[in-house]
Amino acid sequence: MLQQLEGSRAMAVAVGLCRPGVVCAYPITPQTHIVEDLGEQVRSGRLQNCDFINVESEMAAISVTIGSQAAGVRSYTATSSQGLLYMMEGIYNASGLQLPLVVTLGNRSIGAPINIWNDHSDAMAMRDAGWVMLFAETNQEAADLHIQAFKIAEETCIPTMVCVDGFILTHAYEQVDLPSQEEVDDFLPPYNPKMQLDLAQPQAIGTMVPPEYFMELKYEVHENQKKTVAVVERVGAEFRKKFQRHSGGLIRSYKTDGAKTIIVTMGSVAGTLKDVADELGDEFGVVSVVSYRPFPTDALVAALRNATNIIVLEKALALGVGGILANEIKLALGGSGQKIRSIIAGLGGRLITKALLKDCILAHDGDPELFLGLRHDCVNSLKK
Amino acid sequence: MFQVRIHGRGGQGVVTAAEMLSIAAFLEGKYAQAFPSFGSERMGAPVAAFCRISSREIRLREPILEPNALIVQDRTVLEPAHALEGIAAGGYVLINSPSPIGLEFDGLDGVTIKCIGATEIAMEHLGKPLPNAVLLGSFAAFTKKIKIDSVIEAIKTKFSGTIAEKNVAAAVMAYEKIA
Repeated sequence: MLQQLEGSRAMAVAVGLCRPGVVCAYPITPQTHIVEDLGEQVRSGRLQNCDFINVESEMAAISVTIGSQAAGVRSYTATSSQGLLYMMEGIYNASGLQLPLVVTLGNRSIGAPINIWNDHSDAMAMRDAGWVMLFAETNQEAADLHIQAFKIAEETCIPTMVCVDGFILTHAYEQVDLPSQEEVDDFLPPYNPKMQLDLAQPQAIGTMVPPEYFMELKYEVHENQKKTVAVVERVGAEFRKKFQRHSGGLIRSYKTDGAKTIIVTMGSVAGTLKDVADELGDEFGVVSVVSYRPFPTDALVAALRNATNIIVLEKALALGVGGILANEIKLALGGSGQKIRSIIAGLGGRLITKALLKDCILAHDGDPELFLGLRHDCVNSLKK
Repeated sequence: MFQVRIHGRGGQGVVTAAEMLSIAAFLEGKYAQAFPSFGSERMGAPVAAFCRISSREIRLREPILEPNALIVQDRTVLEPAHALEGIAAGGYVLINSPSPIGLEFDGLDGVTIKCIGATEIAMEHLGKPLPNAVLLGSFAAFTKKIKIDSVIEAIKTKFSGTIAEKNVAAAVMAYEKIA
């Protein structure tokens, strides 16, 4: 049903429709409204057969979720920023143990300096942890990606994270078409664990693995992640067929046919960039990366093949190195001869406006790395 | 696209006002996007919230820099919050004030200002100084961009029981005062 509601609530309803057996979370801005709503769903009885477990920290939240998933129960948590960092040991364990939990990340910057606003630094801190990572442009996509996330995770035994821009999506009211319970049940079968802790047949998981086997196990997870490209694409296509909406898959291309300049990005800023591309004309297109992990190399190469200029705009930064997505795109397009520029934007919630974007996209000063709206006077005064 | 910026102080329901306005527009079959200014919001501190209304899908995510309409829930934020900044030509400015306020708009044509004692109406109906729903009632009459019936439905979506009824009564009174 089409509704006008807060993004956090839309996501919470979508998660509830996936019938998790355990929701365990610790509050942190800007994710909190999601788990508050799930708590209310459990309390009111709208979400049945689900334990909502209150814990004392994010480390406990991810640990409980890992434990319940290992016991064969569909499990979910959500976090942001420092909360994700506090979970990090569990994040790596979940993928190493091949436990298909689903986590929402309300994207927020990482301190110091402390800052509650949106960027993608938190997500980038776990890019090599072996998770599937999906980025939403709108709250419709955010809701839909959660339904797909459980399916992708459980088919592949890879934990899956849905990344949504903190505040910009989590706190925005917009219209979202939420499916019925029957529709979701039809799309997402009950969780059928491939491995399950069982008191009747005791076994241990996560035991020490010596050098003779460790590399083989990591190799298996690595190969499994690469194969997941096809699963993310197929689940996206299945979702589109069933729900008549294109929210999922690997990448999304907008006006790229015949475009000489293509801007590549992730998350909600793609919407603003589409408006900018419309205003700049036919020569400008946008590609948004929906599946950041697994990284859709082939799809990106195909989408960007005919562009002369590629601009990668991202809300994160490898300090001392530069744009993270930009460098991955450079690797993917290695030796193609295309001009690739990097724009770092929106760090710590810095405004991203159409006017700034247009100036930056049209600038031909040859600067390969640009910080959108950087206040040079402020930088100079900090040097003193 | 019609863009509305709402200014006030934390605790006055500024964000809720933007949300209700978006629900009202949605109920009329339009696309609407409401979002807060994402500051470190505290009781009493100046806050802002935004609402875009359009017949087409809204993709833009920047804050509203050139509003077609402003709702100022607390006149004491007019200066500190630079509340009038960016107001578009032909725009509407609705201010919560029982008496008229003289405002200068350099070089802008056709900006209309309306003042209404929304806090007084809220005190009469709700017994609390919460002017947000009241001002949406006046906004409907002033701008004619949204129907009062949609505002009433939006209030009922966000509130329930007697609180909803009282807010509806206050909004309708504010609507009739301006209409």
